[in-house]
Amino acid sequence: MQNINKYTISIYTENNVGLLNRISALFLKRHINIESISSSESEIKNIFRFVIVVNLSEEKVKNISLQIEKQIDVIKVFYNEDKETIFQESALYKVKTSSLFEKRQVQNIIKNSHAKIITVSPEFFVIEKTGFREETDELYKELIPYGLLQFVRSGRISITKNKMDISSILTKINKK
Amino acid sequence: MSKTIKQISGAEAVIRCLLEEDVNLIYGYPGGAIMPIYDELYKFSKELTHILTRHEQGAIHAAQGFSRASGKVGVAMATSGPGATNLVTGLADAQLDSTPVVCITGQVGAHLLGTDAFQEIDIISISMPVTKWNYQVTNVEEIPEILAKAFYIARSGRPGPVLIDITKNAQFDTFDYSYKKCKGIRSYNIQEDVEEESNLEEAVQAINNAKKPLIVFGQGVILGKAEDELKEFIEKTGIPAAWTILGLSALPSKHPLNVGMVGMHGNYAPNLLTNECDVLIAIGMRFDDRVTGNVQTYASQAKIIHLEIDSAEINKNIKVDIPLLGNCKNSLQLLTQKVIKKEHPEWRNRFNELLQEEYDVVIKKDLYPEKPGLTMGEVIRLINQYTKGEAIIVTDVGQHQMVTCRYAEFTKSKSNITSGGLGTMGFALPSAIGAKMGAPEREVVAVIGDGGYQMNIQELGTIFQNKTAVKIVVLNNNFLGMVRQWQQLFFDKRYASTEMVNPDFIKIAQAFDITAKKVEAREDLEDAVKEMILSKESYFLEVCVEKEDNVFPMIPTGASVSDIRLK
Repeated sequence: MQNINKYTISIYTENNVGLLNRISALFLKRHINIESISSSESEIKNIFRFVIVVNLSEEKVKNISLQIEKQIDVIKVFYNEDKETIFQESALYKVKTSSLFEKRQVQNIIKNSHAKIITVSPEFFVIEKTGFREETDELYKELIPYGLLQFVRSGRISITKNKMDISSILTKINKK
Repeated sequence: MSKTIKQISGAEAVIRCLLEEDVNLIYGYPGGAIMPIYDELYKFSKELTHILTRHEQGAIHAAQGFSRASGKVGVAMATSGPGATNLVTGLADAQLDSTPVVCITGQVGAHLLGTDAFQEIDIISISMPVTKWNYQVTNVEEIPEILAKAFYIARSGRPGPVLIDITKNAQFDTFDYSYKKCKGIRSYNIQEDVEEESNLEEAVQAINNAKKPLIVFGQGVILGKAEDELKEFIEKTGIPAAWTILGLSALPSKHPLNVGMVGMHGNYAPNLLTNECDVLIAIGMRFDDRVTGNVQTYASQAKIIHLEIDSAEINKNIKVDIPLLGNCKNSLQLLTQKVIKKEHPEWRNRFNELLQEEYDVVIKKDLYPEKPGLTMGEVIRLINQYTKGEAIIVTDVGQHQMVTCRYAEFTKSKSNITSGGLGTMGFALPSAIGAKMGAPEREVVAVIGDGGYQMNIQELGTIFQNKTAVKIVVLNNNFLGMVRQWQQLFFDKRYASTEMVNPDFIKIAQAFDITAKKVEAREDLEDAVKEMILSKESYFLEVCVEKEDNVFPMIPTGASVSDIRLK
């Protein structure tokens, strides 16, 4: 058995319909579970960046990265271990407003976790917390006893410490 | 860029795009959602011939056969829904065997997408894993650019299938048309030349120092048009060259350095010596599991050099020591310039000795049997004799395929057409039709088992309608022979659903006006083969072969290539 590690795969692509499907199908074909996925426009206009987190051996992550890069509309794929990246996840928690006023504990939890209250209505309020998975998990566990009405967490977003020079790759390609 | 034509329909634009790409023959089957394009085909019937197959699967296999014989892009057309889904097997086949094919499917009008309209199916999602690229056109203005891209993608780099789905409104709508050939796509980078100078030097050193080098080449040689470069390279280095099933015919069968097929039913010497060579040079091949057997033990003693155009293939199945990414045509030229001339007489002699062993135990009784039952091997020997290795040989999948690829002789490249990666039964009959149309001046012989023949037997109708002069040989053992062989060897002879009760194939062929002959005795075989090859028209020959013959040598699944069994 090879060492399984957490890898963040960053995929720069053209902005084309159906590309998510094509990429996710490559994971499905190999029976690889995607831990989290997010996508947005990158630092370059009209170039999208997918961030996919998987638990795999390095050999497998390399292999699937090459398969993804082979797709026509994919420009470049990078994969990184956690220590090579700066990453965060965002979570939203919807809690009954009554518990905010009736139970002092809730206010302390929010204060200690450095979470933000982003909206308050007579019925509910919404807390936002951005951080590592363990931190958003911790807050989740703490709020459960006070009636968590809804909970949602984003996929990982990640930036590498080293240069990920997609612009120069594009310039090189455009020159050809 | 072509000059602008004012206000033509999307359907007409599709035809004009095909003509711009030098397409003059396409295969297909009409239906509701693609009728506007078929209406234009009627108008352009002088410039563009449409062959009506009897099933969409037949259309795409014919397009594949056309491509493999001619080296051009094959084109198949189908309507939405079932028309499109019937293409899927062919797309998968073309994807695994890197065949350049462009498929055009009709789709319901854009306003109906997602409503489960009549014959609406999401063919884009369905075909995604089995296409190199696919795209749905919903706007007429996109047609020229997308079709230009489709042809560029299908034929460039490592070729493959592309599917373009065009909604009915985009076929009907009009626009100002002009065509510009695609010359490159920024997100799709093809590396034609080796960029790593150091790897090249390292490869040259390894080849020069090798005492026991072996070449295994695949279809990359044919797709890269590198047949001459391969020949020059092996003749200078004196390195024995073995082929994968799809590499067959890239090097003439009788070339003294051609040492036969690798893989599960390949030749004894190249399989055995894969685990003895000191340098293995893999050219345009992808280390399929049918080639490698157990990957842990595969050539583990050897330094492996891999000439490959698809970077995702390097280190995919087998760890490679020296990758040479690029078109093998260019890489081989560079290597040939730099390597020193060698002969390797002792090493080559090892191959001859092992071939003799294989001949004594296997080949002799396959080709010159003394038992009364007819063998598949002797049929192929006679085909060789009368075609002189000049013919295109098309095979289906199973025992007959292995026997044919082992024994068929070739003098020209692009002459072996078979379903390798996907192993698609039913491939041979329609792809033989395409091959004959792609290379009309050449003899095309389809060798098919009785199982696979019946999987696309409806294409006899296409042969009938177009008077396609293909020669069909059905090697009938009344069994799904390869599965039966496995049942015999690994499942205790429990022949579950492999015995076939077959219809009268002669009557069927005759109903399609095809001259037909059945051979059951050895004394009738040679005359029948001769008559078939001499015939100017389509011909059907059924040979009743030994029912329970097995194909040997054989590497059992999961075993090492050096565990190859002669019996």
